[in-house]
Amino acid sequence: MYEFHYHKVSSINEVKEKISSLDDPKIMAGGMTLIPTMKQRLAAPSDIIDLSDINELRGISKEKDFIIIGSMTTHFEVHTSEIVKKEIPSLAFLAGLIGDPMVRHRGTIGGSVANSDPSADYPSSVISLGAKIITDKREIDADDFFIDLFETALDDDEIIISLKFPIPNKAAYMKFPQPASRYALVGVFVAVTKEGIRVGVTGAGPCAFRSKEIEKALSQDFSENSIENVNIPSENLNSDIHASAEYRSHLVKVMAKRAIKKLS
Amino acid sequence: MKINVNVNGQDISEEVEPRTLLVDFIRENMKLTGTHVGCDTTQCGACTIHLDGIAIKSCTILAVQANNKSITTIEGISKNDKLHPMQESFKENHGLQCGFCTPGMVMAGIDIRRRKPSIDEDELRLELEGNICRCTGYHNIVKSILNAKM
Ligand code: FES
Ligand code: FES
Repeated sequence: MYEFHYHKVSSINEVKEKISSLDDPKIMAGGMTLIPTMKQRLAAPSDIIDLSDINELRGISKEKDFIIIGSMTTHFEVHTSEIVKKEIPSLAFLAGLIGDPMVRHRGTIGGSVANSDPSADYPSSVISLGAKIITDKREIDADDFFIDLFETALDDDEIIISLKFPIPNKAAYMKFPQPASRYALVGVFVAVTKEGIRVGVTGAGPCAFRSKEIEKALSQDFSENSIENVNIPSENLNSDIHASAEYRSHLVKVMAKRAIKKLS
Repeated sequence: MKINVNVNGQDISEEVEPRTLLVDFIRENMKLTGTHVGCDTTQCGACTIHLDGIAIKSCTILAVQANNKSITTIEGISKNDKLHPMQESFKENHGLQCGFCTPGMVMAGIDIRRRKPSIDEDELRLELEGNICRCTGYHNIVKSILNAKM
């Protein structure tokens, strides 16, 4: 790992001050992606700004028809939260599939979403449930948030405060894990929301996206069969040693069907 | 940077570089070499320790992040020369072969039973997904964790 300076901050204001005064700083949430990346010298920030002491970024609450999850809330906390288990059980289930127990003790929802890893689990749920990403500057719609591989709508100095999930009528997540890394080779989150059926896909493309094709088929007939003839174009999907783009496109349908089976 | 940590019940104050990983601090500074490093990618679990009582991978946290926290390593779980019940159970059930993964397995096992005292075998196998063993085939590790008298 290259050398860097370390700063532990206790407020959002302090983060902003640091960001504006430092050379090439990087914000660290749980560090479950950042530290391995730095170990491999794929990232070499001049400074690390550690958010773990900012208490206002933690916690889970229910406000009217929404579940609000602070950005520094760990996967373990989401997975075991009574509120999440009751209101959005699919989200609690998803959190329990991330990494392994030790990783879930440290990894955070905000870190996962801000990183926009193409195979991270959370982005599919954020998109499918139509969550809002609340930052220190604004509220961003899930549909506008994930832009590309490791790229989001966040400005360099923008910090996610919390995620605001509308409680769906029902929802389910199904994932085909890459067996070594346990990241999603493909994961599909299907939600029946107040605004209609929304389907979020992770692992398949450069970043999480909505499958409008599956959404359309399901709004006509909410059944596994209705997906059978849907065409998931593989042109822009990921292809690597683990799975070809065609296989990923196939898996999108299979995972979507499994999610629907779970819901009916 | 100066950090203050409690390691296995002992208060320690040490100067570390920000880039020092907690596992390196434990192994190099504390000379506690029971905590192992088996990978570069946060996958193997050989480095599992407890930070404030919770199992984490010490290869994926900076030593400076452990400031003002307490660390328990495999060396810190036996009391008065008596093995911890989890260690005892690994011994009883032949839960190790080469022993490289074992400190991590024991520390993860204690954490699992703390969270889920009456866990069943299927769930336990899922809970162990972050701990890799190249020798045992896991059966005896699973047996050891299930049968530990804790
Ligand atoms: S050394 Fe920490 S997970 Fe492998
Ligand atoms: S006993 Fe050899 S790696 Fe597990």
